[in-house]
Amino acid sequence: MSVTPPSTRIWWKEPIHKVELIWVIVAFLWGLTMFFTMIWWHAVGKQNLSNEAYRIQPAQYAAKVDTMIAAHTVRQEGAFPVVHPPPGSDVYLMGRVYMWWPMLELEKGQSYRLHLSSIDLQHGFSLQPLNINIQVHPGYEMVVNVTPTTSGTFGIVCNEYCGFGHHTMTGRIYVTDRT
Amino acid sequence: MSNNFRTCPTTGLKVDRSAENLIKANAVVAVVFLLIGGLFGLSVALTRWPTVHLLPADWFYLALTAHGFDVLLAWIIFFEMAILYFASAVLLNSRLAAPRWAWAQFGLMLAGALITNVTVLAGNSSVMFTSYPPLQASPWFYLGLILFAVGALIGCFVFFGTLVIAKEDKTYEGSVPLVTFGAITAAIIAVFTLACGAIILIPTLLWSLGLINGVDPLMYKLVWWGMGHSSQQINVSAQVAVWYGIGALVLGAKPISEKVSRMGFLMYILFLQLASAHHMLVEPGVSSSWKIFNTSYAMYLAVLGSMIHALTVPGGIEAAQRARGFDKGLFEWLRKAPWGNPAFAGMFLSLVLFGFLGGISGVVMGTEQINLIMHNTLYVPGHFHATVVAGTTLAFMAITYLVLPLIFRREIMFPKIAQLQPYMFAIGVAGISLFMMGAGTLGVPRRHWDITFADALTTFQFAPAAFLMMALNGIFACVAAIGGGMYILVTVCTAFFGRRIGDDEKVQLGPVTGSKSAAAVAHYGNEGTLKIPGTVVLVGVFFVSFVLYYYVNWKYLAELWPLK
Repeated sequence: MSVTPPSTRIWWKEPIHKVELIWVIVAFLWGLTMFFTMIWWHAVGKQNLSNEAYRIQPAQYAAKVDTMIAAHTVRQEGAFPVVHPPPGSDVYLMGRVYMWWPMLELEKGQSYRLHLSSIDLQHGFSLQPLNINIQVHPGYEMVVNVTPTTSGTFGIVCNEYCGFGHHTMTGRIYVTDRT
Repeated sequence: MSNNFRTCPTTGLKVDRSAENLIKANAVVAVVFLLIGGLFGLSVALTRWPTVHLLPADWFYLALTAHGFDVLLAWIIFFEMAILYFASAVLLNSRLAAPRWAWAQFGLMLAGALITNVTVLAGNSSVMFTSYPPLQASPWFYLGLILFAVGALIGCFVFFGTLVIAKEDKTYEGSVPLVTFGAITAAIIAVFTLACGAIILIPTLLWSLGLINGVDPLMYKLVWWGMGHSSQQINVSAQVAVWYGIGALVLGAKPISEKVSRMGFLMYILFLQLASAHHMLVEPGVSSSWKIFNTSYAMYLAVLGSMIHALTVPGGIEAAQRARGFDKGLFEWLRKAPWGNPAFAGMFLSLVLFGFLGGISGVVMGTEQINLIMHNTLYVPGHFHATVVAGTTLAFMAITYLVLPLIFRREIMFPKIAQLQPYMFAIGVAGISLFMMGAGTLGVPRRHWDITFADALTTFQFAPAAFLMMALNGIFACVAAIGGGMYILVTVCTAFFGRRIGDDEKVQLGPVTGSKSAAAVAHYGNEGTLKIPGTVVLVGVFFVSFVLYYYVNWKYLAELWPLK
C-alpha cells in the first residue's frame, strides 16, 4: 500500500507497465510542444510583450508625461487632458493614486511606443474590453509597441490593489478612424 | 520508552503519543483558521455580488487581506504540520524527534498568525496577502508573518529529524512509504519556500520600521513569490500524498509503480520552485527567455510530475477495485467505489477538480503570452480556488475523516452530514472557480470593490454577463460556505464530543480494512496482469480537454491589438 514501505525491496528495478510508459512519453512531448509554442509565437505571433524597460525616478517620468501633455493636448475632459500624439511617437501613460494620466487619443492602424510607469505604488494597467493586462511598477518604465486595430472608446481599469481608492482608479484611451 | 507508544488496533502501527498530541493541536488550530478565513472569504464573495455588495470598501479590503492569510497560509500550513508528523512518526512507527521543538513550531506559528490577524483587524494593514511595496503595512504585520514562517521551518526540521531517527532505529523495512516520500517532497519545498519568505520579509520589516529606505518592488515580487507560489507547491505535494494515502487506507490501493510515482514527486522537488515566474509574466525588466524557461518549470517537467499522478492515483484505485472483483466493463470499479465514504468521495472530487479546473487553467494562464489576457483579472483567483480550495482543502477535509477515528480516537458524529459534505463543498467551489474564471475572461479585475466604478472620475461599463458571473459566484460561495460549515460542525463535534473509540477497537475505514479483500488487493499489479482501461479513458478525456483549451486561448490572444 501507499502508506507502507514498498512490498518489493528493490522497487526501482521493477519494470514499468506499458500504459504508464506511454503516458509519461505523451505528457513529456506535450510539455515540449507547449514550451516551443511560446518560442514559436515570438517568431510568428503578433502579441508579444516587449523586453524594453528602463529604471527611472518617478519625478523624471512625471516630467516626460508633462512635456507630452503640453505639446499634444487637443481638448479637456473634466479633470483630464486628452492627448493626441503623432503616429509613431513615444506616448506616456502614468499610473498614480487614483487615476491613469492623461487620456490618450490614438489613430487606428498606427503604431505607437507606449511607455508605462507609476509615480507612487504598483498599479495594474488593464485595457478593457480588450483585456490587455500589464503590471506597472514605480521606478521602472516599460515600453510597449502597440498598434490599435479597432476604433472606439476603451477603458483603463487598475487591477493591482493600490489602497482604499483602488476601485476608483480609471482612465481612457480613444482610438479614432483616420480621417 | 514503551509507555510513550500505543499500538493502533486498525493499522497495527505504533503511535508515538507526543506525535499524536501535536497532530491534534495543529489540526484543531488549522480548522479554527479555516472557519475564520472562510467567513472572511464569504464576506468578500458577498461584497462582489453586485446586488448584495455587503461590506464598505475599507472593510472589504481588510477582509480580503485576512481571508488570504488565514486560509492560504494558516489553515493550510497548520494542517500540513499535522501531515508531516503523521507521515513521519506515525507511518514509520517511530518516535518524534525533539517534541519540545515541535511545540515551539506550534507556539511560534500560532503567535505569528495571531499577531498578523490582530494587526490586519486593527485596520492599518489592508495591503492584501501579497503586501507589494511600496504599499506599506504596520511592522507587526511582517513580524507575524516571519514568526509564522520560522515556526513552520522548525516543524520541517523536526520532520527531517524524525526520518533520521526512524532510519537509525530501523522502525521500518526497506524504503519509506510513498506517502512519506510525498511528505518529504513537501518538506523540502517548504524549506526553500520559507527561506524565500524570510529573505524578503526581513528587509521589508526593516523598511516598515524606517531603518532602510525602500525595497525594490520588482525584486520583492520575484522573491516573495518564491514563498507565495512555492508554498502552493507544498500543498500540491502534500495533497497528492493525501490522495495516495486515502486510496491506500480506504481501498488498499498501492502505487502501480513505485518508481514512476516517486519520479513524479522528484520532478516537483527539482522544478516546482521556478513558479515565481508565473507572477512576473507581464512585468517590466524581465526578459522573455527568462520568463519562458521559468514559467514552464524548465520545459514543463513539473507539470509532467502532476500528469504522472493524474494517471497513477486513479490507476491504483482502479487496480485495487478490480482486484476486489469489480472487473466488469470500463467503469464498474468507479461506479462501485465507496461514494458514501466521505474520505473517498472528497479525495476523488479533489483529484478531478484539481486536474480539470486547477491544473489546466494554471498551465494556460502561466503561458508567457497568454498571461497578457489574464494577469490580475478574476481568472487568477478562479484558478487558485480550483487548486487550493477544490484541490488541497478538499483533500485535507477528506483525510480528516480518517484522522478523527485513527488519531483523535473518536467516532464520526452526524455521519449523514459527513457523507454529503464533500459533495456540497465541491459543487460550491467548482462554481466559484468557474464563474471567477469566466468573469476574468471578460476583464473583471481581482481585488476590486466596485466594478460599476460609481465613484471613479471616468467610468467603464463591463458586459452584463460579467455581472451575472459575479452574482453566480456569490451564490456558489454560499453553497461552499454551507459545505465548509458542515465540515466544521462534524469535525469540531467529533473531536470534542464524539464517542471515544476503545484502545483495542478496530475502526472500519473503508471496504477493505481488516477484510479478506485486503489480502487480494495487496497482490495485484505486477507488470503482466495490470489492467486499468477505465483510467486510460479518463486520462484521455483530460488530455483532449487540456490541448483544446490551451489552443482556444491562443486564438483569443491572436485577436488582440498587435504588441511587441
